[in-house]
Amino acid sequence: MKKLSVVIIIITCAVCAASTQPAQTSKQKGSAIYKKYCLTCHQADGSGVPRMNPPLIKTSYITGDKSKLIKWVLQGSVEKVAIDGQNYSNNMPPQKNLTDQQIADVLTYIRSSFGNKSPAITSTDVKTVRASIN
Amino acid sequence: MKKHFYLPILLFLQTTVIIAQQVKPDANNAGLKLPAGFGALKVADNLGSARHIAITPQGDIFVKLGDLKDGKGIYWLHDSNKDGKADKMLGFGDYGGTGMYLKGNYLYASSNTEVVRYKLANDYSVDTTGEKIITGLLDRGEHESKSIVLDKDDNIYVNVGAYSNSCQEQDRQEGSMGKKPCPILDSAGGIWQFKADKENQTYGDAIHYATGLRNVVGLDWNTQTNTLFVMQHGRDQLADNFPTYFNVKQSAELPAECMYELHKGSNCGWPYIYYDEFQHKKMLAPEYGGDGKKTGGEDAQNPIVAFPGHMAPDGLLFYTGNMFPEKYKNGAFIAFHGSWNRAPEPQKGYFVAFVPFKDGKPSGDWEIFADGFSGKTTVTSPSQAVHRPCGLAQGPDGSLYVSDDAKGTIYRIIYTAK
Repeated sequence: MKKLSVVIIIITCAVCAASTQPAQTSKQKGSAIYKKYCLTCHQADGSGVPRMNPPLIKTSYITGDKSKLIKWVLQGSVEKVAIDGQNYSNNMPPQKNLTDQQIADVLTYIRSSFGNKSPAITSTDVKTVRASIN
Repeated sequence: MKKHFYLPILLFLQTTVIIAQQVKPDANNAGLKLPAGFGALKVADNLGSARHIAITPQGDIFVKLGDLKDGKGIYWLHDSNKDGKADKMLGFGDYGGTGMYLKGNYLYASSNTEVVRYKLANDYSVDTTGEKIITGLLDRGEHESKSIVLDKDDNIYVNVGAYSNSCQEQDRQEGSMGKKPCPILDSAGGIWQFKADKENQTYGDAIHYATGLRNVVGLDWNTQTNTLFVMQHGRDQLADNFPTYFNVKQSAELPAECMYELHKGSNCGWPYIYYDEFQHKKMLAPEYGGDGKKTGGEDAQNPIVAFPGHMAPDGLLFYTGNMFPEKYKNGAFIAFHGSWNRAPEPQKGYFVAFVPFKDGKPSGDWEIFADGFSGKTTVTSPSQAVHRPCGLAQGPDGSLYVSDDAKGTIYRIIYTAK
């Protein structure tokens, strides 16, 4: 009986490691993508630019519905974005040239950085949304 | 229904013996770093997004807010005991915006699509009814603010910013080329001249005064040269959009923020060119075949002054007062809102600069006049800045007023040395 529980613990730990490991790697890769494609406008600390580029810190755009967020990144925006009563006016270019995996990585990074604690996004999530808007 | 600010309290104050106090700088000069002999105080605080400001000959201040505060977009500030601190405040106008200008017995204010004028009584109390003089200006999000200034002949000049960074097929997209010709320029990316006293004017009633200006926020009429001077916000993201030709450091420093002197028909070259202050040349924009080396814009005029990139000049004022030393007379003050587009390099700006002028031309290099608004030694992202300079105005005694649209502080800079 004792042996069995040890085995169960080992298996559980292995499962834990397997599920956090890819998210960690995804976050690391996402950080590099963020620097290349997002940082100028949204800034190193995700705080954005007052009145121009929206912050990525604890807003429902980031921490809320995955599909909406993925769609936003794929399609960009020319609309004024309102967060907490403040309008943000700069256009965001579509990022559809990034791969499903790159978008998953950068969104996983954003959703787990700048004080955000939202679940990872997978390339399957991105693939599904991309198919629905094409 | 005309609503005047003829308030009983003001009448009361007029009949009371007021011991006029002397205006003194705040203990730490309100946090500002200034040249020797100058001091600063906070006239008002926490107004929110205080954009441009105007001052009456009696020293009352009108502040235009970007976003409404308690439902109002314009605030009147009054200092009853003349200690330099506003002690009365009243709001009117239910729209946000940037422009605020006072000439004669009218106050002019802009939303992002319209310009309204308000009649001032002889004691400069305001009739808040307002009369819409300009309507239907383009607001498509980007560069939406409208700044205003009047000339001696009661023409009013309005900037309409381009709703784009560099007129690309896809705004701010890596590798996207520029539209030829840029269709934005027919109704934006320039300055339009209207009459200050005619109701409901639209584009059709205006003179398309100047073109090729990406976005202007700071502008002023120079009464010495009798011409319009503007500060252009130069284009962003050279490296993001064309990494083959520009690295991150070049992109942080280029292009220059330029001061232009305009005349009817002026063309400053956006989006086809940008100005490189290191090479002192007009460069072909990469969206139009440029590579950081090819020059262009033979038909575009040169800037009067070129400042470091991305510092965001939001206010311009030619100083005509008598309070400051002779060096400052007829020179230009520029309020730099502070950059964002230099990331990941440290940001720049967040100060008021000065350029000396003689006979209508710059007579020396630009210098930092008032610094310390941000409250930080280094700003890496703009939201760290506690205050951001935006508007400038000259008081009747020659004091220089600076508005801050991050927290809503109104600063007054005075010369205290004898």
